[in-house]
Amino acid sequence: MSAETVGIVSYGAYVPRYRITPEEIGRVWGSDGAAMGRGLGVHRKSVPAPDEDTITISTEALRIALRRARIDPQDLGAIYVGSESHPYAVKPTATVVAEAVGATPYLTAADFEFACKAGTAAIQTCMGLVASRMIRYGVAIGADTSQGAPGDALEYSASAGGAALVIGRERLIAEINATQSFTTDTPDFWRREGQRYPSHSGRFTGEPAFFRHVGECGRRLMEKVGTTPKDYQHVVFHQPNGKFPQRIGRALGFREDQMRWGLVTPYIGNTYSGAALIGLANVLDHAKPGDRILVVGYGSGAGSDAFDLTVTEEIGRFDRTLGTPVQEFLDNGAPISYAIYAKFRGKIRLGGEAA
Amino acid sequence: MTVARFWRETPRRYNLGGNRCVLCQTVYFPPRPVCPTCTTHRGSLERMEPFALSGEGEVFSYTVVHDPAEGFEMEVPYVLALVKMTEGPVLTGQIVDVGPSDVHIGMKVRAVLRKLRAEGSAGVIHYGYKFAPAPEPGGRDSPGVPVESPAGKVKPSAPA
Amino acid sequence: MRDVAILGVGQTRFGELWDRSFREIGIEAGLGALQEAHLTSRDLSALYLGNMASGAFIDQEHIAPLILDYAGLAGHHIPAIRVEAGSASGAMALHQAYLAVASGLHDFVVVGGAEKMTDVPDTLAQAITSATADQEWETVFGATLPALWALMARRHMQDHGTRREDLARLSVLAHAHASKNPLAQFRNPISVEAVLESTPVAEPLGVLDCAPASDGAAAVVLGPLEGARRYTDVPIRIAASEVACDTMALQHRKDITTLEATVVARQKALKRSRREISEIPLVEVHDAYSISGLMALEDLGFYPKGRAAAALRDGEGAIGSRLTVNSSGGLKAQGQPFGAVGIAQVVEVVRQLRGQAAERQVSKATVGMTHNVGGTGATAVVHVLERAN
Repeated sequence: MSAETVGIVSYGAYVPRYRITPEEIGRVWGSDGAAMGRGLGVHRKSVPAPDEDTITISTEALRIALRRARIDPQDLGAIYVGSESHPYAVKPTATVVAEAVGATPYLTAADFEFACKAGTAAIQTCMGLVASRMIRYGVAIGADTSQGAPGDALEYSASAGGAALVIGRERLIAEINATQSFTTDTPDFWRREGQRYPSHSGRFTGEPAFFRHVGECGRRLMEKVGTTPKDYQHVVFHQPNGKFPQRIGRALGFREDQMRWGLVTPYIGNTYSGAALIGLANVLDHAKPGDRILVVGYGSGAGSDAFDLTVTEEIGRFDRTLGTPVQEFLDNGAPISYAIYAKFRGKIRLGGEAA
Repeated sequence: MTVARFWRETPRRYNLGGNRCVLCQTVYFPPRPVCPTCTTHRGSLERMEPFALSGEGEVFSYTVVHDPAEGFEMEVPYVLALVKMTEGPVLTGQIVDVGPSDVHIGMKVRAVLRKLRAEGSAGVIHYGYKFAPAPEPGGRDSPGVPVESPAGKVKPSAPA
Repeated sequence: MRDVAILGVGQTRFGELWDRSFREIGIEAGLGALQEAHLTSRDLSALYLGNMASGAFIDQEHIAPLILDYAGLAGHHIPAIRVEAGSASGAMALHQAYLAVASGLHDFVVVGGAEKMTDVPDTLAQAITSATADQEWETVFGATLPALWALMARRHMQDHGTRREDLARLSVLAHAHASKNPLAQFRNPISVEAVLESTPVAEPLGVLDCAPASDGAAAVVLGPLEGARRYTDVPIRIAASEVACDTMALQHRKDITTLEATVVARQKALKRSRREISEIPLVEVHDAYSISGLMALEDLGFYPKGRAAAALRDGEGAIGSRLTVNSSGGLKAQGQPFGAVGIAQVVEVVRQLRGQAAERQVSKATVGMTHNVGGTGATAVVHVLERAN
């Protein structure tokens, strides 16, 4: 391990308990929900309870990560939370999370925003702070409670969840060998200030956006480190639905079995900034020492961050049973109706609100 | 509630920061300036040290609330409970992530951070502890019932 | 300390008194008591007023001199003192007034309890009354007063086998008695089934397990026992006026199925009045919730812990049985203006001991007890009253 080697010391993921199916959503809007679900490759999506938000999800994920690695929260030098559904427009999620894990006051903190790649951007920032020895441990969290407009295609997939990674130089369970990004001004998906729901440019969100950035970024990273798809045991892509990641995976030359553990959206929906990180967490739940992992995140607007990781022997000493394994979030949940979903997600106008 | 009044309690409400009497070792939550047990002993006043609870406890009593406290309207019906923590103190809080009919006296729970209430749509959001079912022995959390998927029933990965 | 007697009592109707203001109801009760005592305002040397939350309900603080003023007494410049102890404000005010007369500081004192709760919406009234629980560690987490009492009920059911039907019997009894009380808010009889089927509030308590929020006022006039027959044919002696307190929050109590404050206040009251509990055939208990009434019967010593339910099943509690409970209709059916209930309980016992309870009369009762609680049991006040010889 060289002096600059940084990587993942610990991780934790959390997905809220409730689930709703595409059939149930379609029933309300007069669409064939089952067909929508098949088309998107989404069986069900997670729904946060009224008392959950990006702050509570981030806190739970980080608490799990800290418990697993027995890290003293006072040793955390930075906490960054990436989301597109921060509870406040101004007042950071990261400070509440920092307080709730006991990391305050001697640390830096900020919130990140870059659609679904706000969490991966935070990883890169932590890598820099750790490698330069400005801090001992940094935390990168990707978490969201995103919503789609009622009746819109996005409503079938937009869900809630998050994951936290602790980045450091010591006791690494996975070394980050390299990172690469690909960033352009591409308006595929956006939300203007004050708007409740995002807007998107339909089919433009495919080739010029997701596929171009994920493909180019992944290819460039593999070129940089001198690998081809067969060198990896696992690959994780950002996953706005169950289909896009499989398409780009095949296009890049990856097999189904390499993509298997990293694909979580079919079971919990698109957790936006949480998606790639929860996929990575599921991979880490199953990984063995020596496994090589490629992660390619994506955020609309647009950009990709890619990471090349190698799992170490340390993962054998790491207690993955503390806190919920991702597989339990994928397999289990409490189904709810659209009516309860609408109530939970604040889509019903309550008394006293302005007309 | 005013910002300052809520803010000053965040070490308690986020992290269950209590205290413990140095002399008799009784743990208190919320923290107390004076040990009620030791006040009869000379020199025991103000000998209290910080002590954070682990968050683990069990349900001592509970009720399903249909007529909510202000700010809790969206959560009705919600479960309010007295939770006896492993370190001794009893806390008042909601039980979440479980159906009201599945709550029972003796149920093991753990503290989680949740939204308590927001001061309207423009005011501050207050966070604090609630209690979720605790992980089972063996360390695995069980977040809920198995979900029926269109692709067929999904088997639970751990017994409910 | 000299003996203190109750010389006169007065009370308004309890209920939703839309066209009566706080001042009006306070004055009505006070003047009624004065008239009974054949005293004029010139004779009074102090006014005590029990009131829980006038500032929150009607935006008015500093209400004791307000009542003094509108009773025409401002020119006399006598002290007017407000006392607050949650729903025990009334009995606590009586306790303070009793001390003032017993000590010799004052001779004739009027003690009132008054509350006007219907000038705010229901949800706000609930929040105001829940402020008598621990705001930082109970209500902030979603606790309301009924929820906290429900926690006690659930544990009482767990530990002692109490059932919802047993709790319901207290509400049924309250309504049955109130049907004979012209001042009561609810005079309709109800059944156990109706209580069990009433809209859930905080399980296991439903709407009919819970006393209402009401408007109303009650007052008594106190004077030295010596010479009291100049003012009333049947002076009623305050044989004991005792207060005990406990932790603010329910979570800090030793045993949530027992109000230790009630137990200690009762022990002190029996000792002070030199009585055994078995000598007392008549009691007004704090039945803000059916469970609080049930627990009171045990904590006051009428029945061992866990055994009150069986006694109620056997018909005890009814007027004319071995122990008459809440012949007024209690908080449940007579009504619950928070600051007034402690005084109204005393008014009922006084009327009983004088033989003036009409259809509610408990024959030949010469001693009675009242029990008033603040919050979920942080304060308890117990009075023992006797016909003077």
